[in-house]
Amino acid sequence: MRNVAIVGTGHTKFGVRTDVNLQELAWEAIKQALEEANLEQKDIQYFAVGNVGNWSSEELPAVVIGEYCDLTPKGTMRVEAACATGSAALRDAYLAVKSGEVDIALVVGVEQMHQSPNPQVIELIGRAGDYFWEFENFGLTFPGYYALHASAYMAKYGAKEEDLGKIAIKNHYYGARNPYAQFQKEITMEEYLKSKPVAYPLKLLDSSPITDGAAAVILASEEVAKKITDSPVWIVAQGVASGTANLSKRTDFTHIEAAYLAAQQAYKKAKIDFENSWKYFDVAEVHDCFTIAEIMAYEDLGFAKRGEGHLLAREGQTYIGGRIPVNVDGGLKAKGHPIGATGVSMAVSITRQLLYRAHKGTQVDVKNGMGIAHNVGGTGHYAYVTIFSTRRPST
Amino acid sequence: MSVNEVREKLQKEISQSIRALDSVIRANGLPIINEQKTNNSLWIDVREIDLRYQIPVKKVSKFFEGLKQGKVMATKCPKCGSIYFPPQDDCPKCKISNLDWVEMPEDGEIVAFSVVNVKPPSFSHYQDYVVGIARMSNGVNVLAWVNSKEVKVGMKVKLRVTKREPEGYLTYEFIPT
Repeated sequence: MRNVAIVGTGHTKFGVRTDVNLQELAWEAIKQALEEANLEQKDIQYFAVGNVGNWSSEELPAVVIGEYCDLTPKGTMRVEAACATGSAALRDAYLAVKSGEVDIALVVGVEQMHQSPNPQVIELIGRAGDYFWEFENFGLTFPGYYALHASAYMAKYGAKEEDLGKIAIKNHYYGARNPYAQFQKEITMEEYLKSKPVAYPLKLLDSSPITDGAAAVILASEEVAKKITDSPVWIVAQGVASGTANLSKRTDFTHIEAAYLAAQQAYKKAKIDFENSWKYFDVAEVHDCFTIAEIMAYEDLGFAKRGEGHLLAREGQTYIGGRIPVNVDGGLKAKGHPIGATGVSMAVSITRQLLYRAHKGTQVDVKNGMGIAHNVGGTGHYAYVTIFSTRRPST
Repeated sequence: MSVNEVREKLQKEISQSIRALDSVIRANGLPIINEQKTNNSLWIDVREIDLRYQIPVKKVSKFFEGLKQGKVMATKCPKCGSIYFPPQDDCPKCKISNLDWVEMPEDGEIVAFSVVNVKPPSFSHYQDYVVGIARMSNGVNVLAWVNSKEVKVGMKVKLRVTKREPEGYLTYEFIPT
C-alpha cells in the first residue's frame, strides 16, 4: 500500500448560499483545489462526491457535479454517511489512491440545505437514525438525540450549562476570525444562557446551524505528489466505526462509542498512545454539531479522561496556547455544518493549519506537524477519525 | 386539535403555498422569486412530491397484537437468550428466525432524556414532549415519551401501552411511578 498526500484544497464561504445552485457551489471548491494543485480536470482519475441531499433537488449529485465541473467521464459515486459524509468520501478516494487503483483523485463534499425551508430540514434530519422505532412515534430531532447524551453526561459528571456555553463561546470566537464561517460574530455567556431551548438541556446556541457550503481536496500517491508539490500533507491513518441505528440499543449515553473505536484504530495505525494523544497533535477538528458533542469528543479522543472533558472546556484548554487547540476555524458551531461538506472542510482546515496557511488569529503553532479530524455521522451512527501529518509516513 | 383539524390545517398551508406559486407565475411568467433576505433569485419547484412510506411489519406482527392486549412485547432468541427490543424475528448472532415472544417488564429507570421544544412539522400539533430512554429491569433499553412534566436521570418509570392522540393509534409510553 502506498502513501497518500493532500496536494490541493478548496473551500467555499459557508452560510446561506442561495446565490448559487448545488453544482455551482461544488465548482467553487473544486476550482480552488485544482488551481492550488496546479492540475487540470484531465489529471483527475477518479472523484468522490459527499452529499446527503433530500433537502436539495438533485438525486444524482455526483454526475450533476461531474458534468458541471468537466470531470465526466471519470469514475465517481455519491457517498453518504450522514454528518460524516465528507470523511466517508475522503476515505473512498483515499483508498482508491492507497490501493494503487489511481494516482490522483478528487474529493468534494457539498451540501445545499437552504433549498428547503428550515422546518422541512428539521423533519428530514430527525428521521436520521432508526426511522420507524425512534422517529415515527416519538418525533426526535437532531438536537434531541444529542440532548439525550447531554442529560446523561451532566447527571453523571456534574457538567454545568456554563461548561457547554464555553464551547459555543470558543467556537464563535474563532468563527469571528474565519472569513469562510457562517457566523463571524463572537457571543457572550449571557447571550448563551439566554438563548432559547431547542431540545432541553440544549439551546439554540448549543447547536450548529443549517448551512450551505462545499470543500474539496485532491489526493495523490507519493510518487505523483512529489512532482505536484513540495509541501504535501499526508494522510497517516484513518479509523472507521459505526453505532447502532436505535439509540436505545446502546448502553451508555455519556460518550460516542463509535468515535472512541475509530480513534483507537487510527491511533494504533499511527502508533499514538491514547492516554497522551493530545501531545502528538498541533491542532484538532472535532465534530461539535452540538456543544456536548465536542466535550464527548475530548474524551473519546483521549484529550481528557472520562468525565473530565467539560473541565477542559471550563479551563479554556482548547484555545490556541492551551493543551490542544480544537476547532479553531469555528467548528461546526460557528463555521457552519453543511452536512456532506463538513468532513472535507475539516481536512482542508487541518491541511492549511499544518502549512501555516490558516486565517489571521486562528493559526496554531506547528511543532509536531500533526493534526486530527474527528467526524461523527448522525448521533454516533458513523465515526471517522483521520490523522494528518507533514512528515511522510513510513510504509 | 382533532386529527381532522390537524390535517385540514396542513392541507390549507399546502394550497396557500401553491396559490402563491400560481400568482408568482402569473406576475412574472416564471416561477422565480427574489428571496427577501438575500435578494437571490430562486426557482420555486412546480412539481409536487408527497411521500408516505408503506413499511412491512409482517414479521413483527405479534408486537402489534400485543399492544391490543395492553402488552409491550420483545423477542427472545431460544438459542442464545438475546432479548430484542425493538423486536426483530431474526437472531443474526445464531442465524435463526421465529424467535420467542416475551413481554417487556413494566419497571425501568430513566438513563437519558430530552424535552423536544423545536419540533418537526409532522409533530407540530403536539405540546413540547419529553423523550426518555429507560433501562428496564431485564437490562434492555426502551425509548419512548415520558408522560410527566418533571423528568430526571435516575427517575423510576413504568412502561405501559397508551393511545396516541389525536391520531388515536396504539403505542407505548413511560409514566412516573
